[in-house]
Amino acid sequence: MTAPDKRLLLLALQDNVYVLRGAIQAGEPMQFPEGTTVAPADLGMGHKLARHPIALGDAIIKYGTQIGSATQVIAPGEHVHLHNVTSNYTRTHSLEDARTVDDGDGVVLGAGPDP
Amino acid sequence: MQGVLRQDGRKGIRNIVAVAYLVECAHHVAREIVSPTRDNAHLIGFPGCFPNPYAQTMMERLCTHPNVGAVLLISLGCESFNRYRLQRVIRESGRPVQTLTIQEDGGTRSTIDKGRAWVAEQVAELATVPLVPMTVSELVVGTVCGGSDGTSGITGNPAVGYAFDALVNEDATCIFEETGELIGCEAAMEGRAITPELGKAIRDSVDKAAAYYATLGFGSFAAGNADGGLTTIEEKSLGAYAKSGSAPISGLIKPGDIPPKGGLYLMDVVPDGEVRFGFPNISDNAEIVEMMASGAHMTLFVTGRGSVVGSALAPVVKIAANPEMYQRLRDDMDINAGRVISEGASAEEIGQEIFAFVKDVAAGLTTKSEALGHTEFILTYKSFDPIGPACLPV
Repeated sequence: MTAPDKRLLLLALQDNVYVLRGAIQAGEPMQFPEGTTVAPADLGMGHKLARHPIALGDAIIKYGTQIGSATQVIAPGEHVHLHNVTSNYTRTHSLEDARTVDDGDGVVLGAGPDP
Repeated sequence: MQGVLRQDGRKGIRNIVAVAYLVECAHHVAREIVSPTRDNAHLIGFPGCFPNPYAQTMMERLCTHPNVGAVLLISLGCESFNRYRLQRVIRESGRPVQTLTIQEDGGTRSTIDKGRAWVAEQVAELATVPLVPMTVSELVVGTVCGGSDGTSGITGNPAVGYAFDALVNEDATCIFEETGELIGCEAAMEGRAITPELGKAIRDSVDKAAAYYATLGFGSFAAGNADGGLTTIEEKSLGAYAKSGSAPISGLIKPGDIPPKGGLYLMDVVPDGEVRFGFPNISDNAEIVEMMASGAHMTLFVTGRGSVVGSALAPVVKIAANPEMYQRLRDDMDINAGRVISEGASAEEIGQEIFAFVKDVAAGLTTKSEALGHTEFILTYKSFDPIGPACLPV
């Protein structure tokens, strides 16, 4: 059960995502089953990249089990995360919004729960 | 391995004086009392002034935990906590117990002085208690994960799973938890239950957790989980589930229920009934406290992002899942499970290392968090119905 690139970890044969074994830089060439692609962003250890093309609504499979559903078409090598996956149980809360929302005085606002 | 024999037959791997405040208003006085003897006297307590059966049960179990040798209760005097009953339960367990009531004992200064004198006496007394032989089968070990990231489910959690398998194989009692972090694993767990009725109860407990968190609007998922590469609660759950290893599930307990025999148990930490007091466990230490209330001698804590907490009363073994974090926080970490990623070690190999470490800690080895003086403790309001008849092994 090996990945085509040593920076990637394949946890189960059925998985359609790989897990990063370490940090990668945007633009680094990476080997995928379909051929060479480039790292989509600066990403840390433990993040996921698509192993195969994933259609809208498809199950995301990790550990051989569904961990969510695709909210967009995902190409091999793309980062698989909050922007293109949704939970089939409860919505994921993160501070991504808080990092980018700045009300002008340099104070970063917290992301409250959606109504 | 040796332990301290208690009247109820359980054995402690530490012999600590617990100093318990019974309302937040008595917290400062209790904290001042333990400060000169922090290695041997630990601070616990309940902050609320309104009575709560869950909190009462938790305090009774914690004050009679096998690692506790004596208890000092600190009451303000007007709170609703039933200190009479708590003192009676502790006395009946065979432990020395004393209650100081700030309003009757002369206020802050005088209560601190009296408390410190009593604690010093008890610490000296406990140091003379002879140890008796103890086996792995007498150990109760809990596990939690906190500050999880994309490495937790690949390294530290499966390694704990192997350690749990080894412990259960020697008839130890192992407890895993957080049904709210096992959402998506209900079918797999149902299949591991020793009876179909237990399987059904486990499935119901996860359904309850999913409904509870849906009402709150958040899953058991912190912002740092997403930064670390985890995308959904079910992804986090599958990683967390690996901590349970592969043994059959012998029972489903709630906080404060003490498993009747060795084996693997799931703890249902999500309150029963309608959502009343907010989030089930507001932070990781609330889970550790519940493990202790069910008798856990120590807790295996897997962290990817890097949690530094320990606990009052029972040692916490810190297992680093992420090798990069291990390098930054190595003074806080007992085990580097990140070697699965950085050095190609197997999770099974790390699991054996954890198993050996558990036995060393039980025999008296000081964990990193103990050495650093971590004695975190938190207890808040909750409400539970009793467990059902199918939940415990016969």
